[in-house]
Amino acid sequence: MLIDALLLQLGYNATLVAIGATLLGVSAGVTGTFLFLRKRALVSDAISHATLPGVCLAFILMASFGGDGRNLIGLLLGSALSASAGLWCLNWLTRNTRLAEDAAIGSVLSVFFGFGIVLLTVIQTMGVGRQAGLEGFLLGSTAGMLWADAMVIAVGGAVTLLLILLIRRPMTLVAFDPEYAAARGLPVSKIDMAVMGLVMAVTVVGLKIVGLILIVALLIIPAVTARFWTERSDHVVLLAGLFGGLSAYVGAAMSASAPNLPTGPIIVLMSFALFLISLLFAPNRGVLAAILRHFKFQRRVHLRQGLLALAQGQPIYENLTLRLLRKGGLVRADGVATDKGKASAAKALRDEHRWAVVRSDQTHEAAAALYDGLRKIESVLTCDQIAEIDRLIGGPQEVPA
Amino acid sequence: MLDLACSDGQVKQGQALENSPLAIRGLTVSYGQKPAVFSVDMTVEAGKMTAIIGPNGAGKSTMLKAALGIVPPVSGQVQVFGKTLDAQRARIAYVPQRASVDWDFPTRVIDVVLMGLYRELGLLGRLRAKHRAKAIECLDRVGMGDFATRQIGQLSGGQQQRVFLARALAQGADLYLLDEPFAGVDAATEKAIISVLKSLREAGKTVVVVHHDLATVAEYFDNVFLINTRKVAEGTVAEAFTADTLQAAYGGRLATAQVDKLALAMG
Repeated sequence: MLIDALLLQLGYNATLVAIGATLLGVSAGVTGTFLFLRKRALVSDAISHATLPGVCLAFILMASFGGDGRNLIGLLLGSALSASAGLWCLNWLTRNTRLAEDAAIGSVLSVFFGFGIVLLTVIQTMGVGRQAGLEGFLLGSTAGMLWADAMVIAVGGAVTLLLILLIRRPMTLVAFDPEYAAARGLPVSKIDMAVMGLVMAVTVVGLKIVGLILIVALLIIPAVTARFWTERSDHVVLLAGLFGGLSAYVGAAMSASAPNLPTGPIIVLMSFALFLISLLFAPNRGVLAAILRHFKFQRRVHLRQGLLALAQGQPIYENLTLRLLRKGGLVRADGVATDKGKASAAKALRDEHRWAVVRSDQTHEAAAALYDGLRKIESVLTCDQIAEIDRLIGGPQEVPA
Repeated sequence: MLDLACSDGQVKQGQALENSPLAIRGLTVSYGQKPAVFSVDMTVEAGKMTAIIGPNGAGKSTMLKAALGIVPPVSGQVQVFGKTLDAQRARIAYVPQRASVDWDFPTRVIDVVLMGLYRELGLLGRLRAKHRAKAIECLDRVGMGDFATRQIGQLSGGQQQRVFLARALAQGADLYLLDEPFAGVDAATEKAIISVLKSLREAGKTVVVVHHDLATVAEYFDNVFLINTRKVAEGTVAEAFTADTLQAAYGGRLATAQVDKLALAMG
């Protein structure tokens, strides 16, 4: 079943949902990255919760004028309006009161959401049979997804991505160094508003699939996941789009492959799975890599200290050091240095002297910055440079290999 | 000269305004109800190195930020090369305090310097080899050429500061404004930065530095602007950096012996 779902063989609705979700995942991942880089990830939570009153009011308005209360475009317009109102309140609170942004987010989020829930209850008492499943906007509902709904997501997502392509440079500059950006004449607060506007667009477009409570996961988790794999902001953006799209696609397929699996939450769990894998296994920033690096580092430190102790005829007390030296064939079982050990020890001591020269000389600054007491000096300097240093140190030019 | 009479030399200032790289008039900035900078006039002399000095919390950085429109002033005008600030943005390079950004931001050294080429690149312009070459050249000028592809998180404080300076150099500006570039950097960095700044001056550029180390003022700078919320003194080092002006700016915070020593050092 899952294979069928992944290959889009589960019928019209499932295919529509999978494609829509993927587009949403990509645009949410890319958009959310700029929020993440600006360290304002939680603002998206306030924005998304602030959509609820708008959805409800739009429904009430459309229904009371005799129209179809469930008209998606109308509902989304309403949600965009109330999200803007929430965003405006948030900005006003942070700028004009002593409330910090986190407190302002908490206030706006809960008040707007609370108001929305009240309206939702009111709607349920209005006319029977007209409830129209507005609760679906809370956690997303894909069961009755229409071609038009998918088109809304596709167009909304594409427009968002185009706009991001256009203003990615100013957004990155503002995220890294807002003061410098302001000094260059960039309209920092307008750029921030643009980011918020894009987030709002993605939120509104995504209401149908993942719902307003979980959309924040689609905005933030892919960016955080991508950060594990790269040290470049442009790559974070691309990877976040990839991870967002991937988890949405697989999540949508999984939820279609079995009855009663909710699409939105499954997508969120999929992106969490990617996050978990990255957290554990990412090559540089991952937890496992950090642990391995620590152990490797510890062994190298012990080995180095052991060699320096041998070179200077000092006793070695630490068991780990002795074990490592023995394993490397550098000392005999009784702790006396072998020929190989003596040579390595002499080399280690000489390298220390060489490093001392490198570190005191400004022209070697880039190399000196790599000094950690462990790195082989040959790996950062050329033979000629080392020979030059050896001339400075004096003493024997023959270094035991 | 102590600036006690505010109205003196109106004519002289009027002329200076026209060709001054940075002229500030009646600038007041406040956080809440307490002014951090109060009604300050400043006229930067072209082609010179000027130090802005004053005690902690005297409004040195705030004045600079307000002059650049980074923080909104309560009142005051700013002219850059005789025109409005916005008309002359391209001619100004600003080096913020390095503590003002997050150095764990996912970016490499060269990417930071390329931000200096923002105006040339525009919104969609392709990043070309000539842009990279320019960035590397600027890094070389501050002795950081070998660091181009390193992660900014791996840099020491002094190296971070030099990357910021390289970014400013990439702009090819005429007026350089630096906020505490020597704060918490090693001696090698201080030497590298000051030699770059001096080479800028030789090329006819104007340099303004928020500075905190009184001991090096006379050695590094041509002009001094002393501030303690209000302007205290402005002029050449010989005129404005005297025992009297320092006493006026720092009050009891500077030991008399220290003032005498500095005055002696200046001859």
